Amino acid sequence: MDAYLLKKDFPVLDDKTLVYLDTAASSLKPKQVIKKLDEYYEKYSVNVHRGVYSLSYVATQLYEESRRKVSEFINADFDEIIFTRGASSALNLVATSYGLNNLTSEDEIIVSELEHHSQVLPWQNVSNITKAKLIYVPLNKEGRITVENFKKVLNKKTKVVALNYVSNVMGYVSPIKEIIRLSHEVGAVVSVDAAQAAPHMRIDVKDLDCDFLAFSGHKMLGPTGIGVMFGKKELLKDMPPIEFGGDMNDNVNLYDASWKDSPYKFETGTPPIAGAIGLGAAIDYLNNLGFENISTHEKKLKDYAVEKLLKIEDIIVYNKTSETGIITFNIAGVHPHDAVTFFDGDNICMRAGHHCAQLIIKWLEVVATLRVSFYLYNTIEDCDKFIESVKNARDFFKSVGF
Amino acid sequence: MRDLEVLYRQVIMEHYKNPRNKGLLNDSTYKTIHIKNPTCGDDITIQSKIEDGIVKDVRHDGTGCSICCSSASVMSETLIGKTKTDAKNITETYLNMLTNKEFDESVELEEAVVYRGVNKFPARIKCASIAWKAFEGTLEESE
Repeated sequence: MDAYLLKKDFPVLDDKTLVYLDTAASSLKPKQVIKKLDEYYEKYSVNVHRGVYSLSYVATQLYEESRRKVSEFINADFDEIIFTRGASSALNLVATSYGLNNLTSEDEIIVSELEHHSQVLPWQNVSNITKAKLIYVPLNKEGRITVENFKKVLNKKTKVVALNYVSNVMGYVSPIKEIIRLSHEVGAVVSVDAAQAAPHMRIDVKDLDCDFLAFSGHKMLGPTGIGVMFGKKELLKDMPPIEFGGDMNDNVNLYDASWKDSPYKFETGTPPIAGAIGLGAAIDYLNNLGFENISTHEKKLKDYAVEKLLKIEDIIVYNKTSETGIITFNIAGVHPHDAVTFFDGDNICMRAGHHCAQLIIKWLEVVATLRVSFYLYNTIEDCDKFIESVKNARDFFKSVGF
Repeated sequence: MRDLEVLYRQVIMEHYKNPRNKGLLNDSTYKTIHIKNPTCGDDITIQSKIEDGIVKDVRHDGTGCSICCSSASVMSETLIGKTKTDAKNITETYLNMLTNKEFDESVELEEAVVYRGVNKFPARIKCASIAWKAFEGTLEESE
């Protein structure tokens, strides 16, 4: 895999001075994906599942072909793939449809402080409504979810376990497979937030044996506005739709109606058709490269950058040991928002704030952090520019009196 | 980086390091407004005391970046002692200046005028406006 060559696929990187280090928020999009979107809007551009004319047939074929690609991508069955607006709506769908209809005040839901808001808040809502208890896995001293700590909170009352596969702040990979196995022993279902996993590693839902899994298209080279919810067939069968309208229904009467089977009962209204087709193209792109190559490359850049960062005085790195391409850090005494404006001046895009994960920021006992995240289009030169800019930023803020 | 340097070297660092009128009072004659910018974690509370149409006191507290915290301090110094009408006018002018809208240049913004430089950093406009927005809120409450 040659990152220098790959850069040419990403039109945003035509600006050679740009260093893009915010893939964990959203990845850049290659022209192969953009072309597919244009193709949809220029050549067929019509609705799916409705028109009895050939253009609509073509659109439907391509839309459903993407569903097939997604199912193969994570080793699921075709009808276990529901298209959503993104990982957030997928995780909300699990909580609202499964959670609200299956939990009572006798039950417990396990989450963690390492979750993105889109994983923890839907379950907080379920807990408030059903009075099921929300239980937090205690994190270890590095801020990781461990099997040992998970066992401390798992019990017969646990009905749902909602955790991340890869943390969007710390970049840790959770021991999710073992967590799933243990959860099933007590009869709990497991919903996995894989938004930071899907772009970087091979996911096999059959091997994991997870009950639900969610990810977004835009973090893995795909378009915005498209995401995926995987659910095991036997669970989806009994889950009610949470949105009602066109396309999801079967027979409609005055006072009742019946629904189509999954996945269609969860996809009302005109879906993000171009988005789904674009996601299919993103999957092709990733498959072509191979996840082994992608994750090795990211890890190499991350290790290189961490080693250099640790040599700079006044830099605090919060996740030295993470297995993926995310670095969370601060310049001592400098608010991340002040720092990020400096980096912006060097045309380096990175994140400052709490990364939609306030609980882990509170756990770290800081007001906010800086975060960089590497992907397949980043190079050692990007790392060097970043490190140089960190040094200059530190010097600058010192010089003005921070 | 010149723009950034100019911005920080002026009033901002001085007020960031030595904030004036900092700390809230437990006094019911003050109106209190708390504003958070949840994306970056800025979190500011502003109190104002209006008596006989005069801004008698402005207090602030919270956490945030240097632009956010210093602007609260500068604001307090600028507004204390002004009539309510003038304070309202200054606030409106300041917020218009920040967002590149038309604004009345004859209004004396005093030290707060340095935040004009923030409009070169559009992503930071929010940081410089949050304290003033909160002050506006306290004025509305006192009506």
